[in-house]
Amino acid sequence: MTDLPASTDRKLGLVIDLDTCVGCHACVISCKGWNTENYGAPLSDADAYGGDPSGTFLNRVHSYEITPEEGPAQLVHFPKSCLHCEDAPCVTVCPTGASYKRSEDGIVLVNEDACIGCGLCAWACPYGARELDALEGVMKKCTLCVDRIYNNTLPEIDRVPSCVRTCPAGARHFGDLGDPDSDVSQLVAARGGMDLMPEQGTKPVNKYLPPRPKQDRAEDLDSLAPYLAPVAEDQSGFLGWLDKALDRLPGARSDEEMS
Amino acid sequence: MAYSQPAVELSPKVSDEIRKTTCYMCACRCGIDVHMKDGKVAYIEGNRDHPVNKGVLCAKGSAGIMQVNAPSRLKKPLLRTGPRGSGEFREISWDEAYSTAVGWLNELHETAPHKLAFFTGRDQSQSFTSFWAQNFGTPNYAAHGGFCSVNMAAAGIYTMGGAFWEFGQPDWDRSKLLMIFGVAEDHDSNPIKMGIGKMKARGAKIIGVNPIRSGYNAVADEWVGITPGTDGLFILSLVHCLLKAGKIDLSYLTRFTNAPVLVNGDPHSPEHGLLLRDADGKMLVLDRRTGKPAAFDAPGVQPDLAGTWRKAGITHRPSFQLLAERYMSDDYAPEAVAETCGLTAERIRHIAAELARVAFEEEIEIDQPWTDFRGVKHDKMIGRPVSFHAMRGISAHSNGFQTCRALHVLQILLGSVEVPGGFRFKPPYPKPIEAHPTPHGHDRPGRPLDGPHLGFPRGPEDLLIDENGIPDRIDKAFTWENPLSAHGLMHMVISNAHAGDPYPIDTLFMYMANMSWNSSMNTRGVIKMLTDRHEDGRYVIPRIIYSDAYSSEMVAYADLILPDTTYLERHDCISLLDRPICEADAAADAIRWPVVEPDRDVKGFQSVLIELANRMSLPGFVHEDGTPKWTDYADYITSHERRPGIGPLMGFRGEDGDQTGRGAPNPDQLDRYIENGGFAVEHIPDEALYYKPWNSAYQDWAVSLGLFDTPQPFLFSLYVEPMRRFQLAAEGHGDRQPPEHLRERIKTVMDPLPIWYPPFEDGHIDPVEYPIHALTQRPMAMYHSWGTQNAWLRQLHGHNPLYLPTRLWQQHGFAEGDWARVSSAHGAITVPVAHMAALNENTVWTWNAIGKRKGAWALSDDAPEATKGFLLNHLIHELLPPKGDGLRWANSDPITGQAAWFDLRVKIEKVPAPDESQPVFPPIKSPVGRGPKDLAWKVGK
Repeated sequence: MTDLPASTDRKLGLVIDLDTCVGCHACVISCKGWNTENYGAPLSDADAYGGDPSGTFLNRVHSYEITPEEGPAQLVHFPKSCLHCEDAPCVTVCPTGASYKRSEDGIVLVNEDACIGCGLCAWACPYGARELDALEGVMKKCTLCVDRIYNNTLPEIDRVPSCVRTCPAGARHFGDLGDPDSDVSQLVAARGGMDLMPEQGTKPVNKYLPPRPKQDRAEDLDSLAPYLAPVAEDQSGFLGWLDKALDRLPGARSDEEMS
Repeated sequence: MAYSQPAVELSPKVSDEIRKTTCYMCACRCGIDVHMKDGKVAYIEGNRDHPVNKGVLCAKGSAGIMQVNAPSRLKKPLLRTGPRGSGEFREISWDEAYSTAVGWLNELHETAPHKLAFFTGRDQSQSFTSFWAQNFGTPNYAAHGGFCSVNMAAAGIYTMGGAFWEFGQPDWDRSKLLMIFGVAEDHDSNPIKMGIGKMKARGAKIIGVNPIRSGYNAVADEWVGITPGTDGLFILSLVHCLLKAGKIDLSYLTRFTNAPVLVNGDPHSPEHGLLLRDADGKMLVLDRRTGKPAAFDAPGVQPDLAGTWRKAGITHRPSFQLLAERYMSDDYAPEAVAETCGLTAERIRHIAAELARVAFEEEIEIDQPWTDFRGVKHDKMIGRPVSFHAMRGISAHSNGFQTCRALHVLQILLGSVEVPGGFRFKPPYPKPIEAHPTPHGHDRPGRPLDGPHLGFPRGPEDLLIDENGIPDRIDKAFTWENPLSAHGLMHMVISNAHAGDPYPIDTLFMYMANMSWNSSMNTRGVIKMLTDRHEDGRYVIPRIIYSDAYSSEMVAYADLILPDTTYLERHDCISLLDRPICEADAAADAIRWPVVEPDRDVKGFQSVLIELANRMSLPGFVHEDGTPKWTDYADYITSHERRPGIGPLMGFRGEDGDQTGRGAPNPDQLDRYIENGGFAVEHIPDEALYYKPWNSAYQDWAVSLGLFDTPQPFLFSLYVEPMRRFQLAAEGHGDRQPPEHLRERIKTVMDPLPIWYPPFEDGHIDPVEYPIHALTQRPMAMYHSWGTQNAWLRQLHGHNPLYLPTRLWQQHGFAEGDWARVSSAHGAITVPVAHMAALNENTVWTWNAIGKRKGAWALSDDAPEATKGFLLNHLIHELLPPKGDGLRWANSDPITGQAAWFDLRVKIEKVPAPDESQPVFPPIKSPVGRGPKDLAWKVGK
């Protein structure tokens, strides 16, 4: 019902490193803070101090357990926000044109003045990345901090999304994924960055870097035995080894300076 | 609809002004940029220039705005009107609050200062609060280290002059292998995340040792899901493997540690086991050039490890030989310990081999000449790029001190402390034990205490007991029950005060310590102690004063409430005299300042203490003519001098503000800090960056900055001589003798070389009946935080199931939504459960301090924190169960007294879901009302 641009000049998005994300929620709250105060209506919190607090967040961290066939179970922290898809179904489903994808950078936004809060876009998004603000009655979603990344009142170094600036582990990266030479594209190439649910055909711009293989399976306990070859079997043998080893130290039994 | 897009305002003004101060949402103390609009706090982000966080900020930090506008903030001083625990107060003026407090306290100061017990919880101003307590004259002062991590801190200080976290950090830029023990999501927060990010970015390996695979352990390359309380045994088995393979740094051990120092081998000597010294008191080593003893620092000496020295028929050996003999024993072979630790022998060997490989095959060399304290010049800095970090998980056990010692011994044997790629100290550490005070506890009416409260005993003569063995301190710190209790025992104060043991007190004065809830073992028991009355109706603990910024559970149990400000409304100094924010490359300190003025009738607690001191004319706070030295805390921060030229802040000293470290007080100092972003940094010269304990350039730099007045080089103590002095007493030497019931324990646990013994709880309860270990962790978004009621953060962690491993989940037939009754020898709770596979198969755990009491923190009574949330604290007692010897043993480490939270054993059974988590406590009346229903706001337009 709403058209997508034929193409976008750039494909701005996030690269999220699942090998490094410790699940601290720093990005979640930084996002909440920036977007409460900036683009669009404030992000509200219903029943904020009550029995069922329910606020609007544009970015959330989920944690999943993985039980591999071999080796112990693993916990993966998975931050999720709008992936700014090239074929964004949340835009095409919008009856009013409120949801749209920007032609210059591919950012998907909601024009809150035109949003009627019908919720179709949230239904269409396969990632659950949109939240209807309960108090404002308008749809909320990640803006990629469109009011930071071009903001000429901010120092240039700070013109990145709030979640990227704050991430303590450095697990979040921002850039143009349409440019194969960009840092983020290089990172995706080097680390095997992946689309989330590619079978949905949404062509997400954001990419996830998979966790590196763990090293805690039984078969990983290999080949280091030479490093523990015993120097002696008993205490007197050990003292003998010690005596010789001390002789081999730089400057031993001489008056030269130790190096 | 055809494609169209509206214009978007891309460059909105972010704020009117940025005010730079220091976060207080946990103990990291990151720099923050507080964006102001219309004079109000609008947005908080990390300060890019700050040495701690370099711009990043955690969830707590960004949520700080919800603390400064939290409905739980106290508004005015309160005087209790209903019974304790009711929450019934009347608001009073500050003048009435001061005169009430002075009315209670002044008489104690003048007649019996020890009748005041002053304990501060998450206090970040301990050099000031201890100064106040010392001048009041009471021996009864400490902060919360006794129930947090004193084992870690004390073991580090005794072994190598500093420990982890505030004392030092891994060499994040150079380390190639990091092993973290018992660190889930905490201490410290952002710096560890930043460091892990750096290591990950360059492909370095991380090994996580923790029964629970969350947080940092989730991203570790290798996870060691160890059985709780067995870390020490695992570490000593690693030591066994490395010794047998000769994978130890002999050059380092001979030059920089007491490995070569000769130990008195005469079993009949009163100095048996002490270190041999020459007439000047210098420790003796065997010189390989001569085969004869020589002072350890004699020019050209080549310390030997392999020889022995025979004199008068007695053989004296280097301490290293005692160490090697012990740990090369088959008792520590991986095969002997694997089952106890819940690991395989192969894994232990594998990790030992990995440590050996990285330490010795991936050695780092930096072309940076340096000169050691013996005057020997070195043309390179050699690094062993293996680093370690550990925290509460290994320290909050009754074997925690010796476990922490074992870890430091492992680091030192690998030669990986204060070298490139290893563990690095942060100024003012390293600091030898000799540079620390001994404890003081002798009170004198109307006069200051005879010295600093807390310190590091060198032997039995430093214990705080009288000639009959009666403790000087209410918490019985520095007694035979826990000789090295360097942080005091906050967790014993209320129970001892209630019991009148060792003596009754009059006033309990606490700050930021939620003792009637999540900061106590045995919560219900503590509540009873706080509310118990004598037959005549008087409270057993006669008076309680409490200061907090928020309506915590503890408020209801105090008689007088002194409301504190939030951290954005106050002055503070993060001082080198205290627990500074230094980095391994630099000394640093920082301030807080009121970026907004309070909109309530509250005052910064430290300023309140100054006003109380002035009204009582406490020594130290008034001039000779009786006029006050300081009007408030800001005044104290700039004008107090601890030693001539040395004050709370190092930066911008001297009349012109151009001196760092040493210099006269500068009245403009706080303004200069504010101009500089809220902090000051002084970098360490390149030649002084590593080998700090032995590096002449570092020692000279430290003296120039005022960290020390003279250079303090020292040897690391693989063998801790002060501990041996306690053992000697237990063997019958000396005048000061342990009581008989503690004699054997002192002999065993005060071993100068690390030992491992099972957690005490294992010996006091039936491990078959209670087969499961139960732990708590703080989530990263709430670690060390006073903000769990925070409207944003509570949406992340608003309830806390008990996590069960697959084995127990299946064994008991649990399904999602089920509840369990969890019992310990002390109590029972009924709580919701959840399944977690990445968990030691004999361990259950939950998030700590999520559970809240109805009526506290301005939450509604149906808040999930109060209905489904729960505390494990109800299962833990400050004493172990009786075991038939007529005694009640403390549930603490026998060396430091650290609360042994993590020794807890439980059993579980599936039960029908109750309405709420059990036990349920009646609601307390909120002194601040309840929070608003909904929030939707934007500061400015």
